[in-house]
Amino acid sequence: MLRADDVNVRFDGKAALDGVSLDVGDGEVVTVLGPSGSGKSTLLRVIAGLQRPDSGHVLLDGEDLSSVPPHRRGIGLVFQDHALFHHHDVAGNVAFGLRMRGDAKNEVESRVRELLDLVGLAGFERRSVATLSGGEQQRVALARALAPQPHVLLLDEPLGALDRRLRDRLLEDLARLFEELRVTALYVTHDQAEAFALGDRVAIMRSGRVVQAGSPDGLWARPADEDVARFLGLGNVRDGAIVRPEAVTVARAANREAADGVVESAVRHGPTVRLRVRLASGETLDAAVSALDHPDPGDLVAVTIDPEGIIELP
Amino acid sequence: MDGPRDPLSSRAWRALTYGVPLAFLAIFFLYPLAAIVERGLFSGGESSALDVITDPVTRDVVWFTVWQAVASTALTIAVAFPATYVLGRFAFPGRSVVRAVVTVPFVLPTVVVALAFLAILPESLERGWIAILVAHAFFNVAVVVRVVGTFWANLDPRVSEAAATLGAAPMRRFVEITLRLLAPALAAAAAIVFLFSFTSFGIVLILGGPRYATLEAEIYNQAVRIFDLRAAAVLSLVQLACVALAVWVTTRLEARLAVRGQLRAERDVLRKPRTLGEKAIVLGGIGGLAVFLGLPLAVLVERSFAVGDGHSLEAYRALARPTAALLATPWEAVVNSIVYAGAATVIAVVVGGLAAFAVAGSGRRSRGTRLFDGALMLPLGASAVMLGFGFVIAFDRAPIDFRSAPWIVPVVQALVAIPFVVRIVAPTLRAIDERLRAAAAMLGASPGRVRREIDLPIVTRALAIAAGFAFAISLGEFGATVFLARPDRPTLPVAIFRFLGRPGEQNAAQAYALAVVLMAVTAVSVFLAERIRLRRGGWI
Repeated sequence: MLRADDVNVRFDGKAALDGVSLDVGDGEVVTVLGPSGSGKSTLLRVIAGLQRPDSGHVLLDGEDLSSVPPHRRGIGLVFQDHALFHHHDVAGNVAFGLRMRGDAKNEVESRVRELLDLVGLAGFERRSVATLSGGEQQRVALARALAPQPHVLLLDEPLGALDRRLRDRLLEDLARLFEELRVTALYVTHDQAEAFALGDRVAIMRSGRVVQAGSPDGLWARPADEDVARFLGLGNVRDGAIVRPEAVTVARAANREAADGVVESAVRHGPTVRLRVRLASGETLDAAVSALDHPDPGDLVAVTIDPEGIIELP
Repeated sequence: MDGPRDPLSSRAWRALTYGVPLAFLAIFFLYPLAAIVERGLFSGGESSALDVITDPVTRDVVWFTVWQAVASTALTIAVAFPATYVLGRFAFPGRSVVRAVVTVPFVLPTVVVALAFLAILPESLERGWIAILVAHAFFNVAVVVRVVGTFWANLDPRVSEAAATLGAAPMRRFVEITLRLLAPALAAAAAIVFLFSFTSFGIVLILGGPRYATLEAEIYNQAVRIFDLRAAAVLSLVQLACVALAVWVTTRLEARLAVRGQLRAERDVLRKPRTLGEKAIVLGGIGGLAVFLGLPLAVLVERSFAVGDGHSLEAYRALARPTAALLATPWEAVVNSIVYAGAATVIAVVVGGLAAFAVAGSGRRSRGTRLFDGALMLPLGASAVMLGFGFVIAFDRAPIDFRSAPWIVPVVQALVAIPFVVRIVAPTLRAIDERLRAAAAMLGASPGRVRREIDLPIVTRALAIAAGFAFAISLGEFGATVFLARPDRPTLPVAIFRFLGRPGEQNAAQAYALAVVLMAVTAVSVFLAERIRLRRGGWI
């Protein structure tokens, strides 16, 4: 089990990590979700041993790693924009970690083939990494990190530089891979969909602190505070409570007297349409509706709220 | 250039930008080169070219030229390494100042560098191969520090970190990742240092003593001291062949080592030294280089004031008096140098500037343009001594007996400076946004007007920098000038050399004083060029 225990890092007097503690159980995938600058990458660098914490410890199966240099930790890291070795071909990249631990040549070869198979790049051994597409480079980076069978795999926004469609496809591949290999992984991202799709548990970071950690369902059901709620896209905060957008029903009003407000905007997000309603009180309320026939901006609407969809904030 | 254009004016302009540099090269480079070939291979005489090449003396000279160049390159890299590492990895106050100051030795005249090491080295080492290697390292350290240091500062440190997470220990990371990724820059820097050391003349002539001669020094010996023009011509051709071979090998090597990798902005790569050890490395790397570069120059200045056991301005006062070493007073040499260098600068900026327009002007880099571009670099490879010698044998009889014409010295100095002018000006011209020219043309400006209103103001700064460098190069030019300067009109480096050729403390003191004057004039001209660059927020 990987454990970060009260880790603090300061850059020029400013806290990048502020008392962060986090556990990752064996075979568990924990995603760290937070906006850029929240300290996610610094946390990974501390765990990998690339950044010395000002205080706190990183423990692997109970052993304190403080005095273990990065190359002896047995922790793999997939970098943002890959950091591939451009002076080696694809096979040379994947083989690097195996060479470092002194595997025999034929073992290295067969293991490289096995991993390239696994990430869907069979036959790419002799290709130069500069000729690969972004998605292919990402797969090479993943294969390279997995090859020496690290105790823990760290991934730093691995899909950040890719376009949406490719990201969705790689996301499915990653989820399958994590499942198959029972990898213990800590995955950092600023993308909520990625975090919820991959994580057995999700840790939300803000300003160098872990503000909430839990299962995706748990987080969605009980956000710790207003900021977390807003970050998760739950924007309807009223009187210390959150109103889920799917609990809001919106119907066209026959006349001014029957109306609660007016539709300001209607934006389609895949299967649902997000309506923003300006209420008579001046506040706005978001509603998610799935009907094809929905009110348009400017329409007068009546609003009802299902009490089941109201979450009291602590 | 897109947009409306006046075909006539455009054609006239093209003729000017290609024609003037080509005519200049043809008369002052190709013709002397042809004269060398003719003298070396085809003119009659008792010894043949083959005799010269198979002469054991020639073999010794070639062997020394090669090994001292290799050893100088290795020593330069070793000496430059600590400072290069510091500049490539750390951000610290004064970093840009260090980068600027480290180039000072590189613009110093070779004669000054040679004298600085005469001044500082103990008598037993003063003349010989050790002195030559150390002086070459001093002269070239800037090349390694700037080329490799800058490249290093753009190498993504995460690539090395990735190797760390894959189990590579620090030393292994340095060898397998960092060094390998630095290899193209290291090779490029080494190639430059090798070429400069290979064609080194002033340093070898002064510090080599009678025993050690490079091809350059031997060409001078044969032509001036032994007066065997055939041998000098053959050695010139050997030298040219060696340089061409070296350029070919290094270009191939650089292409093979090139890695298309991820480069990052310096500010993402450099970090402040944090631990005490890192601070010590920064201080030691920069301080060590400062001592290596500063001490010889400081001792040179000190020696110019040394008279007997005390210090005085006597050596400087003596500069105004006639001397047995020269057919002019030393101060006249100072004036000559400035006048010659000024004239050379004008020629170099006009010819080189026109050439830069030609190289940069054609939007696509056609084969013809590349050929032209390459031709402009030729004088660089041909070496200064060869140019001077070529002038002597090419322009020695009617109808073109130019040898005692006063402008022959500025012309040869300009020839040496032109490649640098083109290299400085052409990139600026290429970088001008084509849409600016198109916009001006759409607003009704003729091609000539576009050049005046758009190109010229932008390129003025680059021209000023180029002028500064051309002036500094011409001031310190020694290899070609020593053949051509008339005895009654010596330049500073020639006068220094003449003083060194005579015995006695008085002559040595005069040489030191003149070297200090030369260093000061060079420093001022480069400083002025740098000022223009800083004020306008330059790029080079």
